[in-house]
Amino acid sequence: MAIKVNRRMMSAIFLVGISCGLIVTAQASAVQELLAEYGKEGAGKYNAVNGENLWKRVQVDAKTGQKRSCVTCHTNDLRKPGKHARTGKLIKPMAPSVNADRLTDKKKIEKWFHRNCKWTLGRICTPQEKADILAYLANQ
Amino acid sequence: MKKLNVYMLAMSMITTGLSGMSLADDDDEDRYMRPWGVNARPGVAPVDNPLYRNECGSCHMAYLPGLLPAHSWERLMAGLENHFGENAELPRGEWNAILAYLLNNAAGRGNYQVSNKLVRGLRGTPLRISELPYFVHEHREIPARLVRGNPKVGSFSNCDACHTGANRGSYNEHQVNIPGYGRYDD
Ligand code: HEC
Ligand code: HEC
Ligand code: HEC
Repeated sequence: MAIKVNRRMMSAIFLVGISCGLIVTAQASAVQELLAEYGKEGAGKYNAVNGENLWKRVQVDAKTGQKRSCVTCHTNDLRKPGKHARTGKLIKPMAPSVNADRLTDKKKIEKWFHRNCKWTLGRICTPQEKADILAYLANQ
Repeated sequence: MKKLNVYMLAMSMITTGLSGMSLADDDDEDRYMRPWGVNARPGVAPVDNPLYRNECGSCHMAYLPGLLPAHSWERLMAGLENHFGENAELPRGEWNAILAYLLNNAAGRGNYQVSNKLVRGLRGTPLRISELPYFVHEHREIPARLVRGNPKVGSFSNCDACHTGANRGSYNEHQVNIPGYGRYDD
């Protein structure tokens, strides 16, 4: 009996190990591929510190006069859930270390860069800005 | 209460099962067996499309297609770059798939009581569920302090803040719980 349980535990640990590996790879490959694409679109070496500054930079919306930043919906602590500024809907944590689904899908990342840069900064982000932010987020 | 839950579960299993069947056959059968408006199913059909749930459920609950008529969905989908002040643009392929899903399941396409009521006698092409005459009528007695003045609700658009069965398509007054106010049985 004891041996059986142990074997089961071993295979469970093994499976968990494999799936963690897969998740980390999915995140790393989506981020790496995007960083490479931004490079081809003209971005230089990415810089996570610039990314963090841009993430937290407050911008005044021309139409509404509201103060806006990426933090407005995603909060200051990337490991905590955020809240949509308009609707109040919960947004899952942005940090890949606590939310393994983050930054695993290139199309999703690009779609939200497009929407959220427009909403927050009033324009789309440059490849350099996207590379910097991605480098910052991927390490959280 | 427990009994009710079991009943709800059974109902939702039945409806999910039905909606999984081939649409065309199901519709004909349905029309034959349930005279329109007389034997309509309760509530609104729940969302059964993962793409729609993901794409249209990230900023707010994924509104059930049966809450608006087809021409309203068409108008709403035509203006996603300025969607109530937000940018909700979609890549072409996903846009097509979601529009098709909405049009096939809009109010008036299936025989559901609440969907039927929401579009009965409707004029024009409202973009909001919360502007439909039946909606306004049903919510007219709720004071603003419980909605706009209530940080846990914010606006009538947040159906699921008050209707505990909103995602299952259940909007009757026995499943309402206004945050900070409580159950709303009158
Ligand atoms: C108005 C609210 C709001 C603001 C402001 C906002 N976001 Fe978002 N963001 C969201 C929502 C909603 C999602 C999608 C929900 C989810 O993935 O949980 C999202 C998702 C993302 C994603 C996708 C993450 C993934 O896992 O693929 C990225 C990247 C992102 N946002 C970047 C930004 C950046 C950069 C800014 C600032 C320029 C920003 N966001 C500002 C609401 C916002
Ligand atoms: C980027 C965020 C975002 C995305 C993505 C989004 N919406 Fe919205 N939607 C909003 C906001 C903000 C409102 C206005 C809420 C309010 O007034 O409180 C809204 C309102 C609505 C309403 C009106 C609700 C009412 O008051 O009756 C409908 C219907 C709707 N959205 C459908 C959709 C559909 C369909 C999609 C997918 C194609 C979608 N939304 C995607 C942000 C979003
Ligand atoms: C502030 C809380 C609140 C919000 C938000 C809200 N409702 Fe309601 N709703 C109620 C209450 C309370 C009633 C019951 C009114 C009565 O019986 O007098 C009700 C009644 C209804 C009814 C009538 C019930 C029936 O069986 O026909 C429908 C349909 C409905 N709501 C749909 C919605 C939809 C769709 C949304 C989102 C677009 C929504 N509600 C948002 C509180 C709310």
